[in-house]
Amino acid sequence: MRTLIHSAAAALFAVAAFTLPAVAQSAKVDPAVVEKAVTGMFGHAPAAWQEKIVQDETQKACSLHRNAPPADVAKAISAREEKNVVLPADGKFLGDWKSGEKIAQSGYGGRHTDDPKREVGGNCYACHQLSKKELSFGTMGPSLVEYGKIRKYKDEDVKAAFIKIYNAQAVFPCSNMPRLGHSKHLNEQQIKDLVALLFDPESPVNK
Amino acid sequence: MRASRLLSLLAVAMGILWGGVPAAHAQDATEKEIERYREMLSDPFSNPAFLFVDRGEALWKLARGEKNVSLETCDLGEGPGKLEGAFAKLPRYFTDADRVMDLEQRLLWCMEKIQALDTRDIVKRKFGRPGVTSDMQDLVAFIANKSSGLKIEAQQNHPKEQEMAALGEALFYRRGGQWDFSCATCHEAEGQRIRLQGLPVLSKPGKAAQSTMGTWPTYRVSQSQVRTMQHRLWDCYWQMRWPDAAYGSDGITALTVYLQKNANGGEIQVPSIKR
Ligand code: HEC
Ligand code: HEC
Repeated sequence: MRTLIHSAAAALFAVAAFTLPAVAQSAKVDPAVVEKAVTGMFGHAPAAWQEKIVQDETQKACSLHRNAPPADVAKAISAREEKNVVLPADGKFLGDWKSGEKIAQSGYGGRHTDDPKREVGGNCYACHQLSKKELSFGTMGPSLVEYGKIRKYKDEDVKAAFIKIYNAQAVFPCSNMPRLGHSKHLNEQQIKDLVALLFDPESPVNK
Repeated sequence: MRASRLLSLLAVAMGILWGGVPAAHAQDATEKEIERYREMLSDPFSNPAFLFVDRGEALWKLARGEKNVSLETCDLGEGPGKLEGAFAKLPRYFTDADRVMDLEQRLLWCMEKIQALDTRDIVKRKFGRPGVTSDMQDLVAFIANKSSGLKIEAQQNHPKEQEMAALGEALFYRRGGQWDFSCATCHEAEGQRIRLQGLPVLSKPGKAAQSTMGTWPTYRVSQSQVRTMQHRLWDCYWQMRWPDAAYGSDGITALTVYLQKNANGGEIQVPSIKR
């Protein structure tokens, strides 16, 4: 699976080299005009919300290259995003899979009508198949069924999953998967619980 | 195109009517359901959206505002008061306003210029909810229905229309917000779904864009309201974890221009019914 994704990434970069001129051609809009329109749409929102839609370097690059960055840009993105990952101080990556399943099911949080005090979810099922029992799953991301089992529960893969959930783009530049730890949407414990959902042999993902 | 579009509409209709269908009878039932769905769409008694259409007609003819006149002289692009086919060409450039406007922006403009109506209350009720009707939803349902059966004619002659399409495209790909989403995240790749919800590809000309844009405004069964493109895009930005998108802002119109361009030639069947 991992190699599949990586070769998919490589293919994407290869394609990018050819599609770039076309992209550049259709994107002949002054960035200032785009930002002015964004302000026109969202300028009335509170300051804390304004900050959220100011693009960081990674978002800018992925928008410009339409998620197919050329190799050098891709490298710069993963280098930057890797640096942004904060690993657990206690060196432990595995939390409680039962709580992880709840977090994976819930898509709550982050919308402008959501109560900031309520517990947020990671919305994993929106994009991934995880537990075989859950039939309502999306297909934007690969199936994660038997994720840990397939990887023989290896320590290095456990750590890699933590990094993936913390910052998807450290692993795959311009991934469509949100950088859930980096954006502080999920906290460290929630990510550990999700890693347990993927790697605990008792988790419905591996059953 | 027609068949696949009808099939997807049919899936919705069947969900509403029966909540499912036994596989063995599917073929036969499909034929019947297509017919039934067609009837349901055009039958004012089966499609609740026609209630909105009727209210919209009354509002169009209602004298109000400081000038106490109706909207009947409002020019939606085809000449004052001409409604047939006007929606099929919106958004478009208007010389008097020197701007590209979608139907909702244009209606607000006419209310202000022709009726001298204070539109604050209208904008406050832009999205209807239980116990609160929306003049805009009603008017859009009525006016869009006057283009039902016609084809989308995306307007791209005026330089400002071209600029808006380009801006819309750039906005479509602009990633941002806490979840790094852009429209392209969900509406660019084929065959993707969120949970069980299929996502139409809107980033290129074709059937998906045509059947999507040709079926708005729509009566959303889950919300018991006729929703307009303004609401749909507001809703997508809400899901994207972006702030509350301003009603009638030019960015929304730019996105609509871009989507209409990709939907050019698509058949309009509105108001439709969706989940
Ligand atoms: C909006 C869509 C989306 C959401 C939400 C999402 N993902 Fe992903 N995910 C993807 C995509 C697309 C990929 C494949 C590209 C990549 O690797 O970045 C992916 C890849 C992954 C991978 C790597 C798969 C592999 O082959 O090794 C893991 C692990 C993962 N996601 C876990 C999660 C978890 C856990 C959550 C919830 C906290 C989550 N994802 C939420 C879209 C999403
Ligand atoms: C996180 C995913 C996501 C993002 C990002 C997103 N949408 Fe959507 N969009 C959806 C879903 C889910 C639906 C509902 C599909 C349905 O009910 O059939 C939808 C529906 C639509 C529809 C109507 C589709 C139909 O069949 O009637 C349009 C048009 C649309 N989106 C445009 C946009 C635009 C423009 C943007 C960016 C401003 C955007 N979307 C961003 C998920 C998304």
